[in-house]
Amino acid sequence: MYARAQTWWIILKICLEERLVYRGDFALGTLMRFLPIVTQIFLWTAVFASAGSVSIAGYSLEDIIAYYLLTMLTRAFSSMPGLASGIARQVRDGEIKKFLIQPIDLMSYLLLSRIAHKLVYYLVAAGPFALVYYICRSYFPGWPAPEVFAAFLLSLVLAFMLGFFLEASMGMIAFWFLEVTSLLFVYMLFTFFFSGHMFPLDMLPDFWKGVVDFLPFKFLAYFPAAVFLGKIEGDALVQGLMIQAGWVLFFIVSCRYLMRAGFNRYSGFGG
Amino acid sequence: MNAIKVRGLQKSYRVYQKNEGLWASLTGLFNREYRDVDAVKGIDLDVDQGEFVAFLGPNGAGKTTTLKLLSGVITPTDGEAHVLGHVPWKRENEYRRRFALVMGQKNQLWWDLPAQESFRLHQKIYRIDPAEFIRTRDELVDLLDVRHALGRPVRELSLGERMKMELTAALLHSPEVLFLDEPTIGLDVIAQHNIQKFLKHYQEERKITILLTSHYMKDVAALCQRVVIIAQGEIVHDGSLDDIVDRFSGHKVLSLQFADERMPSDLARYGEVLEVVAPKAKIRVERSSIAEVLSSVLSSYSIEDISVEDPPLEEVIADMFKLTAKQQAEEKASQVPIP
Repeated sequence: MYARAQTWWIILKICLEERLVYRGDFALGTLMRFLPIVTQIFLWTAVFASAGSVSIAGYSLEDIIAYYLLTMLTRAFSSMPGLASGIARQVRDGEIKKFLIQPIDLMSYLLLSRIAHKLVYYLVAAGPFALVYYICRSYFPGWPAPEVFAAFLLSLVLAFMLGFFLEASMGMIAFWFLEVTSLLFVYMLFTFFFSGHMFPLDMLPDFWKGVVDFLPFKFLAYFPAAVFLGKIEGDALVQGLMIQAGWVLFFIVSCRYLMRAGFNRYSGFGG
Repeated sequence: MNAIKVRGLQKSYRVYQKNEGLWASLTGLFNREYRDVDAVKGIDLDVDQGEFVAFLGPNGAGKTTTLKLLSGVITPTDGEAHVLGHVPWKRENEYRRRFALVMGQKNQLWWDLPAQESFRLHQKIYRIDPAEFIRTRDELVDLLDVRHALGRPVRELSLGERMKMELTAALLHSPEVLFLDEPTIGLDVIAQHNIQKFLKHYQEERKITILLTSHYMKDVAALCQRVVIIAQGEIVHDGSLDDIVDRFSGHKVLSLQFADERMPSDLARYGEVLEVVAPKAKIRVERSSIAEVLSSVLSSYSIEDISVEDPPLEEVIADMFKLTAKQQAEEKASQVPIP
């Protein structure tokens, strides 16, 4: 166990170092993600102006902007750029062989390198995020109660894990199809609409709300933001967190299973 | 003791057969034709601990497939294999800590980081004792003369340096069995020679078992006592290099240097004249008549220097591949039932 922890620590350190090699590109990419905030604020202001009402589906302009800023933060945890396509590339060019030959577990390795990726990202993005939140502080209703805030943090960590294992499972499909770009495109569309990244999901008509409740995507963006804004409370909050954890577990198992089956196929097919 | 024991090992692949052109690509979307390719057709092999064995064979003969089978990258269609008592394709960590496979250039090292970072990772995943790790690493980088390059990102290293780093990474955990797939491919003569020298020294010192595939006969001649020749998925020869020359080459090459500038014009009666550059000549002579030819040449002309050599190994092997391919084709033809 101790030896394994040490291995993980070294992998994490090496991934951090690797991340920092391309710091210029990384910093630029991170900062560029803040641009859409401005356009979103303009967009919703225009929407409210033309609707001529103070609230849409129970959301005021301030609520919407606060919600949007919060989903930015949750997406920073749950989005996994390059994870599935990276697995597909490794399968195609044979780099995946390394994990068959060396005593190292592919999934732990991917998870650690993703944690490193995220840590560097937060390091670069913390300043800009703080600045944006400070400037936009008037849109927020104020800090939530400590226990709600703790639930929010927990749901963020779960969002990270859900995002990781969901997309890693997609990546494992590359063992069968080699190329997963189109599949990822479909996945991206789904998350775009059903995660609540674009608009609060409780704005949806009842039928679609029901559909969304059955899918894991809402836990990637909507759920943590709604928790922060106090939209989900008490039993519903506990239940929500449990369902989120259930989805995480489901995708951990599915990812393991797909990896094992994928390795078997790979080694049977030709390597 | 046997380090490697292989019985009836078989591997066939199912490959998608595509005809030429766009139309074929379109029809291929709906109706795919597959073809089975037998890459390895039931080979038997025993390798003792401490042996250095070369796999020779033309491209596509099944050498790399065999190495992949023995390192557990692929599972066989049939047959069994044990390496150090383990079945490779079970991929137990216990086995994976005892062997290494070096295949190509971009395998184990992290492209954007200095090699020493990859080495540190290997220390952890192979659970190498820290003091032992430093000792082995220093020994390897000194032997291979790449200490100066330890801190440079791998992508900036030369091909030769990268290969040496790959070897170092593979040997850090002191594997008992080492599989090398074309370790000198693409390297210049000096780098090739360095790597040969290193492998020879290392193998003699540690007495580890090495299986190597290479297209460079110089690698093979310099390193391996035993040569296994694979053609079209079957072992066609297993023995020493000298055996191959004896078995497959009926000729010797006779080099003559004449005392005066006048060259005799009737050299062709001894055998095929390979080259004539006055005052030197090279003749290919039947092995059985070499003694006769020698005495005749020495008594007929005034000779300054003379030597008798085996033909170049490349030539012998090429002859042999042709011969075995012909034999295999004949066998196949004879198996076809006559209607």
